[in-house]
Amino acid sequence: MTEKKGPPTGPVESNPANEPGPADPSRRTALKGIGATLGAAAFATAISPLRNLAESISAEELMQKHYKELDEDEKRAVLNRLEEEVKEQYGAEVEIRDHAPIPGTKFAYAINLSLCNGNGKCVEACHKENNHDRATNQSYIRVLEMPAGTMDMGKGNTTYDHSVPAKDKYYMPVQCQQCDEPPCTDVCPVQATWKDDDGIVVVDYNWCIGCRYCEAACPYHARRFNWKEPEIPAEEINPVQGYLSNRVRPQGVVEKCHFCLHKTREGKLPACLEACSTGARVFGNILDPDSEIRWVLENKRVFVLKEELGTKPSFFYFFDK
Amino acid sequence: MSNEVSATERQHWLSYPKFLVRAFSVATDGPFSFYAWMTALTAVTLVGANAWANQVTQGMITTGMTDHVSWGLYIANFTFMVGVAAGGVMMVIPAYLYHDKKMHDVVILGELLAIAAIVMCLLFVTVDLGRPDRFWHLIPGIGKFNFPVSMLTWDVIVLNIYLLLNLHVCGYLLYMRFRGEEPNPRWYVPFVLLSIVWAISIHTVTAFLYSGLGGRPLWNSALLAPRFLASAFVSGPAFIIITMFAMHKFAGLALPAGPIRTLVKIIRVVILINLLMLVSEVFTEFYSGGAHTDSARYLFLGLHGYNQLVPWMWTAVGLNLAAAFLFLHRKAMDSAPLLITGCVFAFLGIWIEKGMGLIIPGFIPSTLHEIVEYSPSLIEWKVSAGIWAFGLMVLTVALKIALPILAGRTEEFLPASSKSAIVRNRVGE
Repeated sequence: MTEKKGPPTGPVESNPANEPGPADPSRRTALKGIGATLGAAAFATAISPLRNLAESISAEELMQKHYKELDEDEKRAVLNRLEEEVKEQYGAEVEIRDHAPIPGTKFAYAINLSLCNGNGKCVEACHKENNHDRATNQSYIRVLEMPAGTMDMGKGNTTYDHSVPAKDKYYMPVQCQQCDEPPCTDVCPVQATWKDDDGIVVVDYNWCIGCRYCEAACPYHARRFNWKEPEIPAEEINPVQGYLSNRVRPQGVVEKCHFCLHKTREGKLPACLEACSTGARVFGNILDPDSEIRWVLENKRVFVLKEELGTKPSFFYFFDK
Repeated sequence: MSNEVSATERQHWLSYPKFLVRAFSVATDGPFSFYAWMTALTAVTLVGANAWANQVTQGMITTGMTDHVSWGLYIANFTFMVGVAAGGVMMVIPAYLYHDKKMHDVVILGELLAIAAIVMCLLFVTVDLGRPDRFWHLIPGIGKFNFPVSMLTWDVIVLNIYLLLNLHVCGYLLYMRFRGEEPNPRWYVPFVLLSIVWAISIHTVTAFLYSGLGGRPLWNSALLAPRFLASAFVSGPAFIIITMFAMHKFAGLALPAGPIRTLVKIIRVVILINLLMLVSEVFTEFYSGGAHTDSARYLFLGLHGYNQLVPWMWTAVGLNLAAAFLFLHRKAMDSAPLLITGCVFAFLGIWIEKGMGLIIPGFIPSTLHEIVEYSPSLIEWKVSAGIWAFGLMVLTVALKIALPILAGRTEEFLPASSKSAIVRNRVGE
């Protein structure tokens, strides 16, 4: 390690010898030089932990273009590289695919709050399907236990720990509302997050700079930040992955619910719906007149959360009775 | 004619590097106390750099932030420093709009403070990034700049231009002194006037970062930008007054009584406006009530037994009230201890009020009305202290270069013999 590493914190240049300076210029110049060298060396030592990180970030990753600017070949190369990285880091064989929106599709979700009993199976299914960090028990869904007779979230409780359903309570799962006017995508300074044609708000985890402005902007607590590298045992990693969805996220970027697009863009249902044992969840394409979601929207008195904010969610709630 | 132009150009090619070398030499020469001060600041900066390196490597789990409170001490300091940077040019308004000649030299002081403050702002934003390695995504043209939709891109633009404006004005004026020439107003007055507008813009845009978020009731207030400006025009001048007294004590600067008087007059009015706006926010929040009041209630009174910020906020209110009282006291103009105490109180009070007192309660309760409290981790304190130390180093170096001019000791900056030698050489060519 030499003083050449990193920008110097102290003076690096010394006075040219012929420059007239104050008393005893040569001694002063020499001292300045020593000070500068020591300062630079100390700085290099101070930031030396970064060397470990620099080794783990490849040049390809550093220079990778924005998702929308990758051509087919580049995309293929990126997906291969990411698969390699998971293998290297987690020891798991996975397949990462790029899923484009299906033309003529606009996804929407509805939850029947009369049926939901707060058993939390959706929370758990999301955790497993989407390769969340095991240590923090992360999930894109939070379930509020609400006292009957109020819609005031301030009276809700997300940390209930008793058998469900409790008397005089109802349960309201909240996840990304896939807004038609998403405040989170507007605020992103680098266009790392956007609303796709089928209504799903996605994140390019390899473009996000981790400023967390979107997390501040979201009115539904839908976004999560990777405060550290996710820890998942190899055998628990879900190998069916999408670039914009459930692939293992890097440290320091934001993620969110993507309606399991690696499943739903292939005609399947989201993991949270498949796991739900009460039948409270309804998902589908609202452009399809025969879909169940269309029937719910046309026949039930549905409502959205925080309608007054004008975010226009694609996520609806209703009561049966 | 063309010969003349090229001769002047050549002259600049030679004299500008010379100027930088001299400036560098002036900035790094000083008594023992100067070296001790710079060494201490370097040490704190290094501790901060090391803490940041660890944060980047291990992840931001090392901070006290969570998905519930996703911004903390860094963004709080950033917001406050934007105010100091904007407040720095408050000196400029009386000097140029009212042609107060006495202010002219002191103006440079405010602009140098602005430079140091902006450098700190940029660092505070950078250390808050989860992926600083992808910083280039933010560079217009190379990255993918979400302009004009994202207010953060506006902030990136106005902060950097403000930095350049101040660098240009200070650099030009000092360089002209170095060449022993009278500065040409055409080359700096338009920029000075622009920097006044720009100072207001940086703080307005920074307020819009927060006030534009509909999901955060505490921030979603039209009064936020005016409040930011009012507090900035207290904290900036307060810091300048403290700096002048420090330079008087440690660097032999003759106290500029006139400009200090002007600054106190500014603070006297603005500190009351700031308090008025605080009262009117508090009234609207509490009198109307409802769930929208929860963040304000958490900040001032505590919510459901959570009250970590309450003592902080009341300290800020107390400091601001005490500062207002001190500034309005008729002796404030004549008594240095009174004045300095007032400045320190105002600076600290606003640091709390517009820093942690604004950012943290915006997240508490969360958008799903959960309450998760926040306190900065040791790493966050270290990184923040490091940036403050670095900012003070930038300021010290800048002042060191400007001081000979402010104190009328240009010969220290520019040894007469070498200067005439340069000129003789030029003429000889």
